[in-house]
Amino acid sequence: MAETKTKKKRGKKGDVLDRYGVSPELALDLLRNMLLYRRFEEKAEEAYAIGRIGGFCHVHIGQEGACAGSIKPLREDDYVVTAYRDHTQAIAKGVHPNAVMAELFGRVGGASGGRGGSMHVYDKSVRFMGGHGIVGGQVPLATGIAWKIRYAEEDTVAIVYMGDAAVNQGSFHESLNMAAVWELPVIYVVENNEYGMGTAFSRVSKTDMSTKPVPHGVPASVVDGQDVLATYAHFRELIAEVRGGGGPRFVDLQTYRFRGHSMSDPVSGTYRPTEEVERRKAEDDPIAVLRDKLLAAGHLDQAGLQEMDDEARQIAQDAADFAEASPVPDPSTLYEHVWAEINEHGRLFFDGRDR
Amino acid sequence: MAVMTYREALNEALREEIQHDPDVFLMGEEVAEYDGAYKVSKGLLEEFGDKRVVDSPISELGFTGLCVGASMAGLRPVVEFMTFNFAFLAIDQVINNATKMYYMSNGQFPMPIVFRGPTGAALQLSAQHSQACETYYSHAPGCKVVTPATPADAKGLLKAAIRDNDPVAFMEGELLYNVKGEVPEDDDYVIPLGVADLKNEGSDVSIITHGKMVHVALQAASKLDKDNISADVLDLRTIRPLDMDAILETVKKTNRVVYLEEGWPYAGTGAQIVAMIQEEAFDYLDAPILRVTQADVPMPYAKSLEILAKPSADRVVEACRNVLYR
Amino acid sequence: MATKVHMEALSPTMEEGQLVQWLKAEGDDIANGDILAEIETDKATMELVARGEGVLRKIFLTAGGTAEVGSVIGVIAGADEDISGIAGVSGGGVTAAPTAPPEAPAEGAPMPAAQTLPAPEAPAVSASATSAPATTAAATLPASAANEGRVKASPLARRLAEEMGVDIARVPGSGPGGRVVKRDVEAAKASGVAAPVDTPATWASDGAEYEDIPTSQMRKAIAKRLVTSIGPVPTFYLTVDVDMGRVIEARKSINAMLEKDGMRVSINDILLKAIAAALRQHLNCNAQWHDGFVRRFSAVHLGVAVAIEDGLITPVIKNAHAKGIAQISAEVRELAGRAREKKLMPDEYTGSTFTVSNLGMLGIHEFTAIINPPESGILAVGGIVETPVVVDGEVTVRPRMRITMSCDHRVVDGAQGARFLQTLQGMLEEPTAILL
Repeated sequence: MAETKTKKKRGKKGDVLDRYGVSPELALDLLRNMLLYRRFEEKAEEAYAIGRIGGFCHVHIGQEGACAGSIKPLREDDYVVTAYRDHTQAIAKGVHPNAVMAELFGRVGGASGGRGGSMHVYDKSVRFMGGHGIVGGQVPLATGIAWKIRYAEEDTVAIVYMGDAAVNQGSFHESLNMAAVWELPVIYVVENNEYGMGTAFSRVSKTDMSTKPVPHGVPASVVDGQDVLATYAHFRELIAEVRGGGGPRFVDLQTYRFRGHSMSDPVSGTYRPTEEVERRKAEDDPIAVLRDKLLAAGHLDQAGLQEMDDEARQIAQDAADFAEASPVPDPSTLYEHVWAEINEHGRLFFDGRDR
Repeated sequence: MAVMTYREALNEALREEIQHDPDVFLMGEEVAEYDGAYKVSKGLLEEFGDKRVVDSPISELGFTGLCVGASMAGLRPVVEFMTFNFAFLAIDQVINNATKMYYMSNGQFPMPIVFRGPTGAALQLSAQHSQACETYYSHAPGCKVVTPATPADAKGLLKAAIRDNDPVAFMEGELLYNVKGEVPEDDDYVIPLGVADLKNEGSDVSIITHGKMVHVALQAASKLDKDNISADVLDLRTIRPLDMDAILETVKKTNRVVYLEEGWPYAGTGAQIVAMIQEEAFDYLDAPILRVTQADVPMPYAKSLEILAKPSADRVVEACRNVLYR
Repeated sequence: MATKVHMEALSPTMEEGQLVQWLKAEGDDIANGDILAEIETDKATMELVARGEGVLRKIFLTAGGTAEVGSVIGVIAGADEDISGIAGVSGGGVTAAPTAPPEAPAEGAPMPAAQTLPAPEAPAVSASATSAPATTAAATLPASAANEGRVKASPLARRLAEEMGVDIARVPGSGPGGRVVKRDVEAAKASGVAAPVDTPATWASDGAEYEDIPTSQMRKAIAKRLVTSIGPVPTFYLTVDVDMGRVIEARKSINAMLEKDGMRVSINDILLKAIAAALRQHLNCNAQWHDGFVRRFSAVHLGVAVAIEDGLITPVIKNAHAKGIAQISAEVRELAGRAREKKLMPDEYTGSTFTVSNLGMLGIHEFTAIINPPESGILAVGGIVETPVVVDGEVTVRPRMRITMSCDHRVVDGAQGARFLQTLQGMLEEPTAILL
């Protein structure tokens, strides 16, 4: 019964890849990616639980499809900006899992040298532009990156992720307005998991998510993020439109978070029913959704799946081992990278260091 | 030497830098078609077009963040705040992003961006339009703060700020825009950041100050002169980086200091300078260091009250006498 | 692939946990998410959840055992997987008795011995101002008043005082609250007020045995001048012992008369008047030796020796014989004051015909002074001392003062000097004789 229901939602068995114009190789790649993201985040949770990671840690478990599907169609020279739930988006954009895990551990081998932590993974070389801690603070940044693309007359695209609650920030509205006025090549993606930390979106918004970009003149679309193939196909088209000069776009990328907002927050209870979480985990796991499609279509067998999963776990373990072995930053580096330019005259530090 | 107003000096600096570097552009409210709310950007749209000189919507947070993002991607934006009073709306982008990102990213994203506009009081603009904002920016490591007082300083320092690879809060003043002064006729007149300037030389007392208060300090020095008291007036010009050598030199010369600023006393720029002087020149002090600041009240509208609230040359003179025990 | 089961941080502040009970046993099948055990944390009892799947192959920490967060307490793996390489925490089954808290480091250093600062020396010179003749050295002004022992001074003043060798505790402060500031230290230095002459210095910590002080101009002048005195001048000395009882009384009545004018005279003022009067009667002592002649002066210009910082100077009371005691007193005070500030004009300290030096206030009973060339005589005055003397065959106590005259024998003979002293003594023991 459950199986039928699932199939009914996701499309007919057998032609699923054709429907989205996706090759089996690509689909398997997407599965592989999602498995890696899952195992990586689980390893991060474990590391956090034993004290290797400190502070805030926001994992993407349950939202792997949204991540894999939307980033896969991007070119290497396109830009990704995101909020603080950034580990898997960093990996998807090309940051090595070792570097991400080491960043979570606060080690020298981390993407930001251990200086940023979980919320501030940066890698300019693959145009992964962070990793930002202030809700909505990243949205104007992406708008500005798109400004630069237009200024320099390039054909790259910027994509920015935010949570559903972020659309209530002024920075969101101001950004969409400017992007529309100046026809900037930026895609605003809301990873809509229905809850801003512990607050259901419906409690803090009079209107639906789809209405948010309308007053600003930014075209909106909606896609099921738990269906990675649908997500991939959707973004493939959208990115092409934007790259072709179509101006900004807004996507309500619907998904679901299987864990609490962060490692310090409860999975369910007071703000969302536990049975809802359990049901979504059972029915709506993006990995399971694609896996079942591929198994059913014969593009994948159990052995292959096991191999994929083992590989994912191994990469995650290797990342943890790498992070553990990576040195902590040398105390002498505390004052580095505060100033891009040390002026010839005058003092820049005021804690006695400059004297 | 050419004589021009502070506003014209800024205009020249902007023109020269936009011309000289294709990555530099100016964005803000009314900067293009209106020629600038204070006419600082007059004529620039006509000369450079609307890609380089951009009218923004009234979205301080948005356009500041946009420029910070553009800076991440390699451009060199100049953001104009109509006044720094409005910049509070944008301060998240300035401090949390522009100022901190170079450090958080371990050096991957330098931020060569300038935030400029008038700061402090003008005439009867009331509390929300009269605040001196230097300390909000000088507090955070990663942001430089520049406060020119004269046309020459304005030109030379704005060029330096635009060329600097860090975020710079460049603070002008509505009451300064009309001040006239000599500006060197130099193709490329740049004053390095971090160098203070002795605007008046004396030996009895040191008046240290920045921004538009330099002119008040000079008035005070002139009054003191009539009583045979000669004052050093040291214009810091840059709050961060700070020319501590110049400060120590004047303190050791006169042994007595008055800090003058138009901001409030609690944790003002003067408080920082006082802390450093007493740490590093303790044995040279013959009197406690006094500060002359705005009265510790939001700026009132009524003319009579505003005059009371603002620092004046007479208050500076009184403070100087105090530290001279005269 | 094996999954290590760790003791996890189940509360943000937890550092170690105690295993209450295992809910699975070695050999049980485990699925991802199964509850493995109950852990007691610092806050509550929490569930430990499996993060892998397979078989619970090994339990390291048994019920009741305690382990630190992060330690491996079990292993989940495939049934046949080799887990020999995985090490876990040992122990368990022990009661929850915590290990004894680490000893507080026992190396607590003993309190450093309180540094004793050298006790500030009380000024050796009495500070009584009433009978202080203007000539005494280091006349002390009251120490910076009401300081309760703590000197308020600006940092600059302190540094300057140290550099200049001024005792800051004795510098009066003109700043707010009596703060000593730069100008006060500079003034004190100039007037020699706070020169710590009498304070035995603490031993220089580097143990230097001596210090070479460069000679000032004044010292050179005094040396040069006086070497030409005691050397070539044939000098002899005469001493008289004078009863000062009448002078003391005279002073009281004079001061009573002057009170309304706010003036006071000192013993020394009266003495100077008497000396001038006596010299008028013995002008042969008011003379100078010159090559080929003796110059005898009819006017008496009295040099009054004043000790100043680093030396000695003699301001001159011109025509002392013609001036009243009050006027002499005022002039002496004024000249001595300016002498200490080094503000005398040359004509104010030259041209004396005879000099008087009084060291009575420094406790000297008797001494010999060096003639100030080209003068031919000088009086050295000691202090007034209550002395037992014989009067009318009975021992009684009288205020007595010794005066010693040094005479240049080329000008003054013994008898002449003696007669002058007799006259002087007579005037002092019966002051009305001054009126003659």
